Amino acid sequence: MRVTLSLAMITTSLVAFSAGTASAEQITFVSQGGAYQEAQTKAILDPVAKLLGITVDQDSAPDAWPVVKTQTATGKPIWDVIDTPTKDCVRGGEQGMIEKLDFSQIPNAASMPAAYKTPYSVAYEFYSSVLAFNKKKFGDKGPQTWADFWDVKTFPGTRALRNHPLATMEAALLADGVPADKLYPLDVDRAFKKLEEIKPHVTVWWTSGAQSAQLLADGEVDMEMAWNGRVSAVAKEGAPVGFTYNQGFLQFTSLCIVKGAPNLATAVKFVNAAMTPEIQANFPAYIDYGPGNPAAYATGKISKERAAQMPSSPENAAKQVLVSTEWWSSPAGEEAQKRWAAFIQK
Amino acid sequence: MSSTSIDPSRAHESRERRLTLMLLAPALSVVVALLVVPLCWLVWQSVRQDGGFTLAHYARFLHDDVYWMAFLQTFRIAFVVTAATVLLGYPVAYLAAGSSRRTSLLILAMVVLPFWTSVLVRAYAWLILLQRRGLVNGALSDLGVIDHPLILVNNEFGTVIATIHILLPFMVLPLYATMQKIPRELTMAGASLGGTPLHVFLRVFLPLSLPGVVAGMVLVFVLTLGFYITPELLGGGRTYMVSMLVSRNIELYNEWGAASSISIVLLLCVFAIFRLASLLIPFERIMGAR
Repeated sequence: MRVTLSLAMITTSLVAFSAGTASAEQITFVSQGGAYQEAQTKAILDPVAKLLGITVDQDSAPDAWPVVKTQTATGKPIWDVIDTPTKDCVRGGEQGMIEKLDFSQIPNAASMPAAYKTPYSVAYEFYSSVLAFNKKKFGDKGPQTWADFWDVKTFPGTRALRNHPLATMEAALLADGVPADKLYPLDVDRAFKKLEEIKPHVTVWWTSGAQSAQLLADGEVDMEMAWNGRVSAVAKEGAPVGFTYNQGFLQFTSLCIVKGAPNLATAVKFVNAAMTPEIQANFPAYIDYGPGNPAAYATGKISKERAAQMPSSPENAAKQVLVSTEWWSSPAGEEAQKRWAAFIQK
Repeated sequence: MSSTSIDPSRAHESRERRLTLMLLAPALSVVVALLVVPLCWLVWQSVRQDGGFTLAHYARFLHDDVYWMAFLQTFRIAFVVTAATVLLGYPVAYLAAGSSRRTSLLILAMVVLPFWTSVLVRAYAWLILLQRRGLVNGALSDLGVIDHPLILVNNEFGTVIATIHILLPFMVLPLYATMQKIPRELTMAGASLGGTPLHVFLRVFLPLSLPGVVAGMVLVFVLTLGFYITPELLGGGRTYMVSMLVSRNIELYNEWGAASSISIVLLLCVFAIFRLASLLIPFERIMGAR
């Protein structure tokens, strides 16, 4: 947090400085830091800066939400565009902290599926919660569905799930036989009932992505739900780990603009440029997360082999469930989140 | 003596008081700015919602089981950790206090050394030791003691072990400070009057060392109440302490007040603990003033 704040302060002074000296347009872009943001710098930010002839200043926050809340409360935000879970764009928009997007200014998003857009946000990159397993334990006959994950007789072994209801409840319902296209609105009671069933067999309810990777790498668990990028990173390091996109849960972070952003007009131009199919197609070259704009797969920049590894490629997307941000930010979704802690503790 | 006449000793006294206040001013203003003001802000936030007054953030203590379970688990862990650090720390402090200067320095260095390693690193170290395919389970199964790996981590047990490790110095140091000040002549006198070593320890040394024990217990207990990283990494998701409730509420209720109210209640618990402890031992002694 302290780092974030000081970064924010540096950014402010930079903004003040450049506003006073240069006439070139610039924006402040915020993402979650680490390898993920570095990959974006090369894949998206630098090309966009070159395309538009603007300067893209960067800041990072593991959780942008509280910072956006504080910045907009002061009435003088210093951030322009943020890359954040879609849910925060939507609830931020409803609470007057996020600008409504004028899609006529964002033609690159026109052909994107409606489910990838909200009035406040546009899908930026995709990741997936997948079923991962230890190949040494299961060979090539690893669990392929959530019903397999719940089947402790055919697939004995230790298990881990994320300590969060999102995607976990969807998995429980699929395991219980709910068809993928009938998941939403989620049957919360049924999901918790099914989760009670697997609870005694869950060794760890993980909280951070790093933790989920460590559990797989050290063989602490034989199977778990984890984010595809984390699993493939573990596999790259040589651990005997496999995963399937079958019944995976497709999720995306979105771009949205902070309400009252200091460089609003440039920010809108930036969002449009960042959705350019050719620029979006750079994502797979740097990181295992998929482009938000499906048109990127038609540019020819992404090889067939690479596309097969991407969570958002049309073939993989077809096997998966798109997590409904709308449901999760509805009162029922928030109620489910409140119930989660009680379920874990009891 | 009339009040108008100048009393040199009195004038001196008031000058000294002014000087003390002046010297204190920088430190006081830092405390006020960095502690008192934010604390008042915290209280203010805990009774606000949508720009109005509310007790909703406190009302959740009454009807949300999660709150009670989190406090219950936190206090249970704090009790176990405190008891364990007393049992483990007392002999170490006793040995350090009764040894030559060099030996006691060595013992204290060994106690304090891990203290300088990051809590995060130590949590991961415990993970490597305690997990299913970790060193402890590996050694035990190699020796044929166990068939199936023991579940030593990703639960409350693992959390407690790592917390004990982190907080042991906070027990040993006040114990050592107290024991060092116990005149050895007293135990010698006890022995010369015919007391067995055990008898002398129980009747003379132990009672005199109790202020140190209480000081260490209060420190360890209170510090455990605020633990976050350790239970988060080693608790396997099931260990749910109050600090985690605070962070969950920020995400869940989207209101600082929902988190502030928990912090305030926890703070009141800490005050209550200090008050109880000060009934046993004066507060200055707990804080190690004498």
